[in-house]
Formats: sequence, C-alpha cells, structure tokens
Amino acid sequence: MNAPLRRAGVVILVLFALLFANLNWVQAYKADDYRTNDYNRRVVVAQYERPRGIIEAGGTGVATNKVTDDALKYLRVYPRKEVYAPVLGYRPVGLAATGIENAENDFLSGESDKLFADRVKDMFTGNNTGGGNVLLTINTKAQEKAWKELVDNERGVDKGAAIAIDPRTGAVQAMVSMPSFDPNTLVTHDEKAASAAYSKLNKDPDQPLLNRATAETKPPGSVFKVIVSAAALQNGYTTETEIEAGREYRESGAVINNSEDEVCPGSQIDLKDALTTSCNTGYARLGVKLGRDKVFGAAKAFGFEDDQLTVGNLEGGGLPVAMSDTGKAANPDGGVDKGALAQSSLGQRDVRMTPLQGALIAATVANGGKQMRPYLVQKLTSPDLRTIYTADPKTLRTPINGQVAGDLKDMMVSVVENGTGKRARIDGMEVGGKTGTAQNAEGADPHGWFIGFAYNDKGDPVSAVCVMLENVPGGHASAEAARIAGLIMKAAAGQGGD
Amino acid sequence: MPASSPASTGEMARIPGMKTQRNAELGLLAFAMVLVAAYGATVEASRIGEITPTFWVPAALLSILFLGLHVVVRFTAPYADPVIIPAVALINGLGVGFLRRLDIGDALSEKLPVPGIFAGIGGRQLAWTLISLILAAILLLVVRDHKIVSRYAYTLGLTGIVLVMIPAVLPGSISEVNGAKLWIRIGSFSIQPGEFAKIALVSFFAYYLVRKREVLSLASRRVLGIDLPRGRDLGPVVTVWLLSLLVLVFEKDLGTALLYFGLFIVTLYVATERASWLIIGLLLFFGGVYVAYLLGASVGGPFANFYDRAEVWLNPFDNANYERLGGSYQLVQGLLSLGTGGLFGTGPGAGSPRFVPEVQNDFIFAGMGEEIGLFGLSALLVLYLLIVERGLRSALAVRDSFGKLVAGGLSFTLGLQIFVILGGITGLIPLTGQTTPFLSSGGSSLMANWLLIAMLLRISNAARGPAASGGGSDRSGGPKKAPTQLHGAMTEVIKP
Repeated sequence: MNAPLRRAGVVILVLFALLFANLNWVQAYKADDYRTNDYNRRVVVAQYERPRGIIEAGGTGVATNKVTDDALKYLRVYPRKEVYAPVLGYRPVGLAATGIENAENDFLSGESDKLFADRVKDMFTGNNTGGGNVLLTINTKAQEKAWKELVDNERGVDKGAAIAIDPRTGAVQAMVSMPSFDPNTLVTHDEKAASAAYSKLNKDPDQPLLNRATAETKPPGSVFKVIVSAAALQNGYTTETEIEAGREYRESGAVINNSEDEVCPGSQIDLKDALTTSCNTGYARLGVKLGRDKVFGAAKAFGFEDDQLTVGNLEGGGLPVAMSDTGKAANPDGGVDKGALAQSSLGQRDVRMTPLQGALIAATVANGGKQMRPYLVQKLTSPDLRTIYTADPKTLRTPINGQVAGDLKDMMVSVVENGTGKRARIDGMEVGGKTGTAQNAEGADPHGWFIGFAYNDKGDPVSAVCVMLENVPGGHASAEAARIAGLIMKAAAGQGGD
Repeated sequence: MPASSPASTGEMARIPGMKTQRNAELGLLAFAMVLVAAYGATVEASRIGEITPTFWVPAALLSILFLGLHVVVRFTAPYADPVIIPAVALINGLGVGFLRRLDIGDALSEKLPVPGIFAGIGGRQLAWTLISLILAAILLLVVRDHKIVSRYAYTLGLTGIVLVMIPAVLPGSISEVNGAKLWIRIGSFSIQPGEFAKIALVSFFAYYLVRKREVLSLASRRVLGIDLPRGRDLGPVVTVWLLSLLVLVFEKDLGTALLYFGLFIVTLYVATERASWLIIGLLLFFGGVYVAYLLGASVGGPFANFYDRAEVWLNPFDNANYERLGGSYQLVQGLLSLGTGGLFGTGPGAGSPRFVPEVQNDFIFAGMGEEIGLFGLSALLVLYLLIVERGLRSALAVRDSFGKLVAGGLSFTLGLQIFVILGGITGLIPLTGQTTPFLSSGGSSLMANWLLIAMLLRISNAARGPAASGGGSDRSGGPKKAPTQLHGAMTEVIKP
C-alpha cells in the first residue's frame, strides 16, 4: 500500500503548490490592483483620515467638511445643497464621485502629484494636512439668481437648465439644472441611507441627477437660426440681403409655417429682420439654398459634433459634455433630404443641442468670433493656501471672423430690442440674443430656449447665457427663458464683472 | 487492573537505544510558544500603542496546555512524531492570537477598554483549545492501540453517516448558515457534526477496505486498458458517491462533498492500489458536479445555490455578483485583504480584518494574510504541509493495513480540507463553507481536528516505536484482547 500512499503525498504536494502559486498571484502580482480597488474599504478609510480640500465659489465654501466621531473622520458637507449640485457633484463613501468632486478628486484628496511636497512634509511632521482647495469660476450671485429664477419660473415648468459664461475667458459664471438634488443625502456615512437616497433619485423619472446644462441635448428650435445666419454671412450675405420668405414653404414633403400669421408674410425679408422676427419660412429656404454642407459645417465650426469637450480644469478633466448634433438630413441613399434640411435649419428634425453649446454660440458672437474653452476651475491652492494653478483662458475654436461676428451681434441685439427676445432686456446694458421654441413630441408643450449676451457700459461682453425650459405650457415658450436669461446676465455683470 | 503493572499505569515500555525524540518536541514547542508570545506583543504594540504587562499571559496559558499534552504523549505515545504537536500548537496559538487581536480591535473601535484575556472570541478559543486538548489526551489514554478502533468500525461508520446527514434533514432555521446547511444550532451554541464525521468515516472505510481489498483489487474486467471492478463491488463506492452528491445538493456544500468523496476514493485507492478506482471516482465526482452546475443553470431549485457559487467564483468582481445578496462580496473583500497585505503584510495588528465578513471563521486566512503577508501565509502553508506529510509518513511506516489506511486517510483529508478552504478564499476553486483547521474560531472544528491529530500521534507511535522489531503490536501496551490481525478477529466470512 505504500506506493499509492506516496502518490497521495505527491497529490497533496501538488495541491499545496497550487495554493502557493495562487497566493503569489493574489498577494504579489495582483496586490497593487487589489490595494487600490474601488471595493477596498481601506482606501476609503485612509481617504477620510485627512480633511478633503474645500471647494469655494466667490470666497464661500460650497463643499466643506465637518469632523465626526465615527470611523470615517470627516463628513463632506454641501451647504448650498441643490444649487451647486450639478457643478460639484458629490463624493459618496466607497463609491466613485461625480462632478467637480470627481474631476478634481486627486487634488481634493491630496493624492495629486502637485501636492507631493505636502505629503512628504506630512511624513516628517506626522500631521494629516488636508487635500488641496479648488476655487470655482462660479459667480455666486449669478448662480443663486439662476437657481431661484429657474425654480420660481412663472410658467410652473419643473425641468430646465441655465448656464452663463464669461465670453472673454470661457469661465462659467453660473450652471444650474432643475430638478436638482441634495448631495448631502448621498454622502452621509450611513451607507445604507445613502444607497437608498441614491436609488430613489436614480429612479425618479424627472432625472434629478442629470446635469441638464451639459449632459442633455434637446432640439434648439429657432436658436439654430443663428448658425444658419453665420453660414449665410460667411457666404456673401449681409444683414441687409433680402431672402425669400412667405406664409408657407413646401419642400420635399415638409411644410414650413411661421409661428404666427403676421411673421414675414411677404415674399422677401432682409436677413436681420428675418432673425428679429424669427421668420421660419425665410430660414428654411435659406438653409436649403445654402445647402447642407454649409449649414452643418457652420454648426460644426461652432462646436456641434464635438464629443470630447469637458468643462472643468483647463489642463484637462471635468464634467463631460454631451455631443450636440445636427443629424444627417439625408435620404436613404445618402443624398440631401431637402425637407429634412429645411426643418433642420429651424433647429428641428434631428438637431439636438446642450444648453452649454447654446451659451458657447452666444459667447462666440459676443467675443468677436473667438470661442473660449469653457472652464469651472479658476484656481487650485495647497492646504496652506499657496496658489498651485491659475486658469489661463484658451481659445477653443474660431468659427467666424470679426466681421461676421459683428454682423451677427447687430442682428441678435435687434432680436432683443425689436423682436422676440424683448423680455431679456436689461436697463443700461446692451443685450443681444435669440429665442427658440422647439416642438418635441406629439401633443407635448414645446421647449423654450434663449441664448444671449450682455455688454457693460464700457462695451465689454460680460456674460453669455443659455436658458432652456422643458415643455413650457401656455404659448410663447421662449419668453420666460428670455426673462430669466436677462436676470442672470444682470447678476453676473453686477458682481464685479468689470 | 493492578496498579503495579507498567502497562496499566500508562507507562509504556521503552526500548533502550531507540529515540523517542520527546525532548526535541519540547524544544520545538517552546520555540512555537515564543513565536505566539511575540505575535501577541506585536499585536498589542500596533493596536493599543503599547505592550501591556500581561501580553505574555495567553501564550503562557497555551504553553501550559500544550505542555500537558506533551506529558501525556511522553507517557502514552513516547515514539510519536515529535514535529506534529509543535506545528499544530503554533498554528493553534497564532489562531488564538489573531482572534484576540480581533477582540482588541473591536473593543477599541467601540472606544471600550482592552478586553481581558478570557473575554471575546479569543478567550473562547482559548477555552476550546483546553477542551480539545483534554479530548486528545483522553483519546491517547483510552486508545492505546489504534487497531482497537476497528472493532467499532460499523458503529463508527453509522455514526459518521448520521452525523453527515443530520444537518441535511433538519430544517434550515436550525442548520443553515450563510446558505450552507452544515450546522446544528441550538440557541447560541452551534456545532458542525460533519467535522467529527471525518474521523468516524475514515475508520469505517479503513476497516471495510482492509477486509474487502483483495476482492476489490483482484476481481476485475479489463476495458480499454483499465481494470474495471465488478458491478457488485462498485456498490459501496456508488453509495458514497450518491451520499456526497446528496450532501452537495441538500447541504448546498461542494467542499464537504468533495472532502467525503476524496476521502473515500483515496482510502480505496490506497487499499486496492488500483488506479481505475481513482479514475472512476474522479469521473463520477466531476461529472456529478458538472451536471449539478448545468441543472443549477437550467432547473434551479436545490442546484441554484451551487450554480450561484460557481458564477461568483468565475466573476467575483462583476458588479452584479458583488452587489447581490450572497454574492461575491465576501470573496472580494477577502481577496482585497490579501492583496493589501502584499508580500510582507501590514504587520500583526496593523490591518483592517473586519472589512472581511466572517473573518474569524472561514476567512481567517484572508484576515491574517493582510497582516502577515505572502511570507507569513507561506510559512503557515509550510506548517500545514509539514503536518500532513508527517501524517502520511506515519502511514508509510506503520505496519498494519488498518493503521496505514486510517493515517493515510486522515492526513489526506486534512490536506484536502486545507486545500478546499484556502483555495476557496484565494479564488482558486469555488468557495465553500469549510473551517480552516486549528485557526478558525469555533469548538467543533478545533475538537475534531485535535482528535484527528491524536489519532495520527497514536499511529505514528506504532510506526516509529519498537514494535518494528517484533512484527506485532502487542507490545504497545494496549488491552490484551487487541487483535493482531483484523481478519482473524472477525467472525464474518469474506467471499471473494
């Protein structure tokens, strides 16, 4: 019986060798993976051993810490709750963060290479100094105003977004999304409560966790006429060029009417008046006449079809921005579907846009044709408040030259002074813009849009804005958006906006 | 019995010139206890921040207990293998130390004072160690010759099967813990009868096979170059195969089934020296497992749990598996714990074992792995391997077939159990609810495994002892009626 016993011994040896080999795999080869794995609670506890950096806007902390006496030492606190939630996101226990909390996580947690010196110092002093601080570009007055006006809108709309940008730099002055959420419920150290709060928010059909300013695209309606105008101005048209209009325009099965009978009933209208009155038949014909390549090419030049843009730190990272899209306006064989192109020229059909893209269009016009890269992080400071990074504005693209930008500006100012955007007017400031009313679904109320810009008394463009309200009841959907946009720009300009 | 007789006072006859190596055992034991004390000191230094004046007390208490066993062995089994007890004592001592480390960590995180030596699971494990060692000593004192056990083989076999089956037939509220029905729970007290069944079943198999080995190894037909046994001789194998599959399905536990089946197949193979038994056995077992897996995927029902476990094993980091109740959470936390430890570990007391659920039971290896690292765990593996190989060596050296089969079967089962649980924790094989011998908190496992060790000591004593010169075992001082040959002692007639 000894031979089989020896073989049984060999089997045991083999089994133990397998155990040993596998242990090497787990503890040596995979060790780093496992040590930093998202499921590894030790990572979390270690992170909470030192205070996370503060996120500030205009001198006030909008993401701060509170010392607790549970296992995780610091509790993240968001004093302004819903107002800043779309910008800040939240940083839950043991799960991935969102928003700026996610984009600047390394810096806030103190693990960034930029804070290496501070960590080395900690090793010698034995202190746990916190992570680095982030100063946002957000103008607190504009942000609070945008939130208040959005939730208290006069039409009782419950979904929408607003974003304001400094046209000269791209710095985001305000970014709000409605409905929003209270991030404090998601970062509580009671993980079961946090998880319950999350699933409730996640299941809400109104999608409060969605940042509608950057992550949702909607048909822009007549706002898209600014793009068509830019295409026309770049192709030999002037603001006085007469274009064909009329009560009705039929093209390849598509029927285009104006919003009201008194809008451009005549056969001819000049470009400036066409934009001022938001003449549908004129722009549909203009779009078809210019052709798909020129119209969609202008849209692309302004930032449509860009799926890489993020808003955060100019050195990289930030909130992802959904791709704005013109669609194809194509027949099944790939050729131009003129009916679809006519409708696309009015920002309908397959055209979709983020509110951020709307604000970028207005900002580009106000800034003389140069589109600045939008950003949210103005400054990074070390725990002892040394400045580590200051945003250096960058030109993202230059879709139009100064001449075209000037003409577009005149036309958009005319919209606010004489046309559909009158409710955006601000006393003592030059304001331009464009309204949009977008049909979306059969029987549903249209979305109301307004994009615009404001100049101060020195003639500097101080703010560009986009307001989008979903499914606005009671007609003139864009009027309420225009009113809110005016108030936001006024707040942004009042707060030391030069 | 007359008190003057050396045989009845328990003093074994010693043959001058033969080495008992009891002093070597004592030295190794002392070394093991020094390590346990050092472990306790390190835990206190990193957990409490200082080494308390009483850090040595658990190690000292354990030393007294093991010293007691050592003395019993000196008198009742002087020629027993000198390495087994120190190796087991070291693992057992480190287990107590780690459980006390959990107590200290729990108390400090609740801002309570450092618990006393006898408090918490560490204190309870200390008490279980005492009881286990008393049981082991009683076994050594009562069973003076391992061959007596063969007289009670059928009783033991029946007991073993009953022990295995009890949890399966009991309602889940009494027997089910974490999805596996392996327990009998009465109030806060719970035992795992399967742990004790191992020894009983090995003894029965050994007896049965010694009597049947010739039939099983000789009568055969050759098919495809393999000697296949006759159909009627397959009976007990098929019975045990069915039994272990029933265990698999109703106790929802692959590990226990694998353990019993592996135990039987190996004793069968050793007894008959027929590789065909191994092939048949492995085919039957893995065939059964595969069918159970397929049934779990399609039919569900009693097989669903098994399918789930396989799924969790294959994709532990899959989010759905991780989030699911009874999913891979525990396995993943164990792996992360091991990975965090890396090569050298965080040091005793410096890890966060409480992130791993059940770290005091099934997952103690993962919890310790974070703190002692790959090097520490490798040392533990070597210790286990040492115990198993020493057991197998006793099986090789012992002269009677029954002893060979019992020692071989017990050693192999111990090794297999270590493989099943450690392989499960480290993701090598699907996870099953086995205890880690001598480490896990809990009385059943500790008692059963110490009884197993006592049995191995008894057989190794016979193997290394002076009986070698005499060819018989009567000199070992056992009761006079101990049969020298199994066949001769039995009234049953074996028909080939």
